[in-house]
Amino acid sequence: MSGNTQQRSGQHDFRQVLQPSPFHPRVEEHCRVKNWTSWNGYQTARVYDTLAAEYFAIRSSCSVMDLTPMEKYRIGGPDALKFLNRLVARDISGLKPNRVTYVLWCNDEGKVLDDGTIFHLRQGEYRLCSQHHQLDWLLISALGMDVSVIVETHEIAALAVQGPTAYSVLTAAGFEGLDQLKPFGILYTQVAGFELMVSRTGYTGDLGYELWTDPSNALALWDAVFEVRDRGLYDLRCIGLDALEMVRIEAGFIMPADDFNTAETTVRAGHDRSPFEIGLGWVVNFDKPHFTGKQALLREKSRPIKRRLVKLAIDGNKPPIDSFLYDGKKGRRIGTIKTQIWSPILKANLAMADVEYRKGKLPKEIWAEIYYQKELEWQVSWARCRISETPFWTHPRRSATPPQSF
Amino acid sequence: MGLDTTQRGRYWDNDTAMKTYDAIIIGAGHNGLTNAAYLAKAGLDVLVVEKNDYIGGASVSREMQEGWIYSSCSYVCSMMRQTIHRDLNLTRHGLVLVPYLGTVSYGDRGETLISYTSEEVNYNALRRHSPHDADAMFRLHTDLARYAQLIRKTLLRTPPDPTSFRPRDIKELLWLAKEFWALGEKELYEYIRFFTMSAADFLEDYFETDLIKAAMASAGIIGTALGVQSPGSAYILLHHVMGDVDGNIGAWGLARGGMGAISNSIAGALKELGGEVRTNAGVEQILVKNRKAVGVVLENGDELTAGIVVSNLDAKRTFTQCMDKNDLPEGIYEKAKNFKIRGSSGKVNIALSAMPKFTGVPDNRYVDRGGHNFVGSLETMERAYDCWKHGRWSDDPFIEAVIPSAWDPTVAPPGKHWMSNFVQYCPSKLADGPWTPEKRDQFGQTVIDKIERYSPGFKDLIVHMEIRTPHEIEAEIGLTEGNIFQGELTIDQLLFNRPFPGYAQYRMPIKNMYMCGSSTHPGGGVSSACGANAAREILMDLKRGNTVPEDDCYDE
Repeated sequence: MSGNTQQRSGQHDFRQVLQPSPFHPRVEEHCRVKNWTSWNGYQTARVYDTLAAEYFAIRSSCSVMDLTPMEKYRIGGPDALKFLNRLVARDISGLKPNRVTYVLWCNDEGKVLDDGTIFHLRQGEYRLCSQHHQLDWLLISALGMDVSVIVETHEIAALAVQGPTAYSVLTAAGFEGLDQLKPFGILYTQVAGFELMVSRTGYTGDLGYELWTDPSNALALWDAVFEVRDRGLYDLRCIGLDALEMVRIEAGFIMPADDFNTAETTVRAGHDRSPFEIGLGWVVNFDKPHFTGKQALLREKSRPIKRRLVKLAIDGNKPPIDSFLYDGKKGRRIGTIKTQIWSPILKANLAMADVEYRKGKLPKEIWAEIYYQKELEWQVSWARCRISETPFWTHPRRSATPPQSF
Repeated sequence: MGLDTTQRGRYWDNDTAMKTYDAIIIGAGHNGLTNAAYLAKAGLDVLVVEKNDYIGGASVSREMQEGWIYSSCSYVCSMMRQTIHRDLNLTRHGLVLVPYLGTVSYGDRGETLISYTSEEVNYNALRRHSPHDADAMFRLHTDLARYAQLIRKTLLRTPPDPTSFRPRDIKELLWLAKEFWALGEKELYEYIRFFTMSAADFLEDYFETDLIKAAMASAGIIGTALGVQSPGSAYILLHHVMGDVDGNIGAWGLARGGMGAISNSIAGALKELGGEVRTNAGVEQILVKNRKAVGVVLENGDELTAGIVVSNLDAKRTFTQCMDKNDLPEGIYEKAKNFKIRGSSGKVNIALSAMPKFTGVPDNRYVDRGGHNFVGSLETMERAYDCWKHGRWSDDPFIEAVIPSAWDPTVAPPGKHWMSNFVQYCPSKLADGPWTPEKRDQFGQTVIDKIERYSPGFKDLIVHMEIRTPHEIEAEIGLTEGNIFQGELTIDQLLFNRPFPGYAQYRMPIKNMYMCGSSTHPGGGVSSACGANAAREILMDLKRGNTVPEDDCYDE
């Protein structure tokens, strides 16, 4: 095994708490309200100017987001595939070069550590993207294997371009070959005189692409995309994390550490979650050879399910922030809302919620107890909740190939 | 190009065999379709008949120039009941309502006032004109919110009949009284004052800057044959700021794909619920037998029978043009004839080869995504009204412009734009004789001349123009005098007085006949509330379970 843990070490300045991404000069220029937060140590905008406008850029026209802070690992070496297939619960042995797949991985107890995506970049060479730092676990998992694990979070600049006109925007920006790029496909191309990788992936549930390149090309890439707007062709808008939170819940995507406690951060017994408990049983494949957590998950699968993270639509318009959930109105308490949004496209409150089962069955009627404030006075109301087994919102344009032209 | 929202004849049904429907709804505007959808949801066999070869009424998208899709009539929306949007799954049927940002108001001397969605930025923009007015804007919005919360609660409720002793009416009256009383004594007086004041007088209490007053007063005249100095215009102002988009009170939205997306999505829901829509099926007359509505005669002579007939036409048109006077109880014809439904506005839809640039407006992302209000001053707006009073269109009109293509990629080709111009005033009857195509074009010329003053070079960008005076709006859409609200929103025609005192609960003087259009409570605006309220009343009469959801309340 060879582990590379170099992260621009030796250059750290304690006065700089948040580091700028390679796109930062442009990000800062576009971010009017200076609503900054940290994402994986990077200075990241929650909102650029108006949340509603950013949200609708994703659902109605085209949005741009700096994706650089996402944790990225380059996995190579003779045992790369063997290593990854033992790491994650899904069978990725059939993942062809230039394809991407969604995965999660567990500890030996079958509790989820994180989720992410695996990009098969070139034959035998992979990129693993994750929500949180995973190097420690990846190196533990690589013991005895001929595999290299390299942190490349800071060596790759990434930009997400998402929304119904994303295809038209990038085509107008000079990207070629997108018409044949299918969802979860990878394309190597050139734009503005440099090489980059395009994947048809995203966290919005909409038509969209992610652009990956060397940090030295970052500003040129940004400018190439925004030139389409400056030419007056299509509307483009930067989006921050707040708008992303809205669309990812609409699309039914979970957020580790927000929707469930990840195993490596869990102190209290029973506060971690298995793939089945977060509704991701579909990415667990027992038919493949051993993977970490398999035995524990097999045992768990043979028993009735105790709880599950569900997609919940809540009646009315009161925000069910952190609400307790009950089996029937004012009945037994059975869970809590983890994350929630008002969906402007569906005109509904949507949430990710942790719900207890009884004897392997879901409660018949779930109600939320909602506390909300009006002019500094607290009120309480009850709202009926409905479980959605499918994403709250989908659109055929997400997977149409070639995508619709505007 | 984007989704074709103007598919013609999509709802055409050749099956004209004689059958008795449970309900026939006249007019496939958004309220008629909403009404039909809720009746169909209760299991009724419903048919909507529409005189045009397209549906939507005044909530319509039409491709008048290849590649450009106009919202021909109504162009923005803030009162659409989100509970109905959700309940009828309108998103799945293609409806996306997007809030639009910021508006520029233009003064006579070229000065501009830019309103922003961000409170801080907006405050700074106002301060440029007057630090006092910037502060007073908070007071105005709080007062408007206080007045609006009460009205807003009534939108999806049936007004009580104040002369009735039925428990239901007494209960509803008590509820109203309680809500009013909760305002407090001082506010109660203010409220009554507010209903009878002019927008200009009302705003005098808040602002010193004329442009700010003019910008705020413009909402008090839209769609109404009143001037900014006319008593009653203050309420119209409220009517235009009480809506919301996703809980942002006073915000306005645009429908992606044009306003036809609203009607088309409701029609989609209606179809899924088993309802039927027939286009090219104008109604000649509502059939009445033994003082009961029994069906309709179409313009082509076909007779269709139904258990009930629901008119989505305005009150004047319904009773004076679609009914035999002898079928009506005494006095109704006169009430309908005198129903106040004066046309006051025109519409100029313009296809543009590029985004126009306006003088005195910074290149600002808020600005070119919002509206452009050519208000001038209170004086200019009042003079514009004077023209209308004398049977002329305003020579220096008030124009509310929106450029939906700035954010909606489906309504114009890439890099091209379309501009909706709502123009006031424009009378339905001219002093110098009937409307002619030449006069219509002169009216359009007046409008683009004014815009050119604020945007030099604007005329060179024009690819196509659709000019609509009240004459065209009445002829095409069927709105009497082209009145966009199906009857003016003055206190004599509001709540339990709408359309006539004694008939405010959607039931009409003929048995089995109902109304569901904007002539009924809560009035004009693309809200779906009239249609839904009528459906609730109908289902009550038919002893069917109610299918209409309760409103989302933001006020309690």
